[in-house]
Amino acid sequence: MSAAVQGSVAILPRRRRRVPATLVLGAALLLAFLAAALAQYVWAAADPLAFDYDQLLAPPSWAHPFGTDNFGRDMFARTLAAAAVDLQIALFTTLFPIVFGSIVGALVGYHGGIADSIFGRIVDVVITFPFLVLVIAIVSVLGPGLLNMYIAVSAVGWVFYARIIRAEVAVLRRSDFAAAGRVMGFSNTRIIFRHLIPNAATPIIIYWMTDMALGILLGSSLGYLGLGAQPPTAEWGVLVADGKNYMDTAWWISVFPGLAIVLCGTGFSLLGDGVAEMLTVRR
Amino acid sequence: MASRNRVGRRLLQMIPTLILITVVIFLLVRLLPGDPVSAMLGDRGTPEAIARLRAQMGFDRSIPVQFATYVGRLLHGDLGESITRRVPVSGLLLDRLPVTLMLTGLAGLLAVMLAVPLAFVAAAFRDRPIDIAIRGLFQVGLSAPVFYLGLLLLGFLAARWHIFPVGGLGTNFFDTLYHLFLPALTLALSLSAILMRNLRGAIIGVLRADYIDFARAKGLAPMVVMTRHVLRNALISTVVLFGLNIGTLLSGAVVTETVFAVPGLGALLVDSIFGRDYPVVQGLTLVLAVMVSLVFLITDLVEAWLDPRAAA
Repeated sequence: MSAAVQGSVAILPRRRRRVPATLVLGAALLLAFLAAALAQYVWAAADPLAFDYDQLLAPPSWAHPFGTDNFGRDMFARTLAAAAVDLQIALFTTLFPIVFGSIVGALVGYHGGIADSIFGRIVDVVITFPFLVLVIAIVSVLGPGLLNMYIAVSAVGWVFYARIIRAEVAVLRRSDFAAAGRVMGFSNTRIIFRHLIPNAATPIIIYWMTDMALGILLGSSLGYLGLGAQPPTAEWGVLVADGKNYMDTAWWISVFPGLAIVLCGTGFSLLGDGVAEMLTVRR
Repeated sequence: MASRNRVGRRLLQMIPTLILITVVIFLLVRLLPGDPVSAMLGDRGTPEAIARLRAQMGFDRSIPVQFATYVGRLLHGDLGESITRRVPVSGLLLDRLPVTLMLTGLAGLLAVMLAVPLAFVAAAFRDRPIDIAIRGLFQVGLSAPVFYLGLLLLGFLAARWHIFPVGGLGTNFFDTLYHLFLPALTLALSLSAILMRNLRGAIIGVLRADYIDFARAKGLAPMVVMTRHVLRNALISTVVLFGLNIGTLLSGAVVTETVFAVPGLGALLVDSIFGRDYPVVQGLTLVLAVMVSLVFLITDLVEAWLDPRAAA
């Protein structure tokens, strides 16, 4: 009997898992940015703060591929160095929300009741504020800077993760495997953390990729407005803002860091699409 | 009758949200480190000014009394007084509101004009080169920050080639439209990327529905099927998506107005933050949140009107 079952499993054609092209392309882009972020530590020419007073506002050349800014700083080095800050923004604007949001979402989704109703109201309120406006308002109270930006985004961002995982868990808790866990006498904590959250992880991971791209968009927007990373820190939004008054004379100051944002965001989106394609094939 | 009930019910549902929004905004300023009044006034904090603002904001009383006073004033349309400009916040907002409404309205219109036809083409030629090209373009559009798009348009089309004005609002309606075109286009480009991505999916979903097969089977011309059945249903998705993304549009307006120096609510918000003008920040946040919840309400009602299935 068991041999027959095993045999029938063995002859099932195994679905070949192809790695989606979007995933490869996205991962390659992001790895390139990671390498760029590390360049300043291993390559002396990539010092983002080095001044060269003979080369103020110099157009792109072999010596300065992205040109120089009004202080004679090499824009290529600054754009590379900014990758470190912006990748950090992508991570730190999403880290707390994904952890805290998953826990809260799973708890209210599993237990329902009053906590779930309260959560519903919180969602209503958070989605009613334009996200950037709410974050800007919080940053205005805490003061500009990266750390305060992380606090502001985290205070709001967890709601979106919680909403996704709440929906998943509310369905999964009625599943047979959750019932089986309860029958076997597992604690609710064990069922939620060992069984429900891992099964609800797919949409969260996919959303996380998109959210890191959104994090960079938000972080660079705040940087541009002067509420995020503070000069002389090289951050893409700050760099674009540095060049905003030179658009008609030295366009390269703003154009290249902005392109980096677009490429990096595209990298995260492609990665997200690829992961989505790979993880949902099984279903 | 049923729809009147629906309006009433949705209005009732808005009340707890509006109350919570008020609480959040009320608490926000109280989170200021140290003494909020001195923090707000900063260098301008002469003892008289501190005493005056403290009395005006009711900081000398207990939190519940402060909240009651705040809500009481709100209900009279009193949003307090701007610290830097010494004028009522409500008047300041009313002056700026039309500009932002015009900008976002124009942006919304442009975004729909861009997204709907392209989503149709992409959906109709699904997975063909033209679809992949359109999707690739919008994928990049999704990743481009509003301030960057704006700066590129401003830098090249206005500052360098002088096709559009660099700033200002113009003198009459059409001149204003001309002045707002680039900021609106900036917003529209980023919004249309979101719209197009979701619309394409919605159209593909509609194309798979049984009633489309039926419409084709009964011999309707492809154009008729497209316009009468697919377009109508895709329109519902557009309305809903548009409503859901109103917050994104307003967030984008804050950045765009700053880039193009458009004297609207968004530029006022950024100015007020740098001026530490918290009554204005509070009032603006409240007004923007109320605008979003009103748009949510309208979206809901329009959706129910367009699609009776959603009204249940």
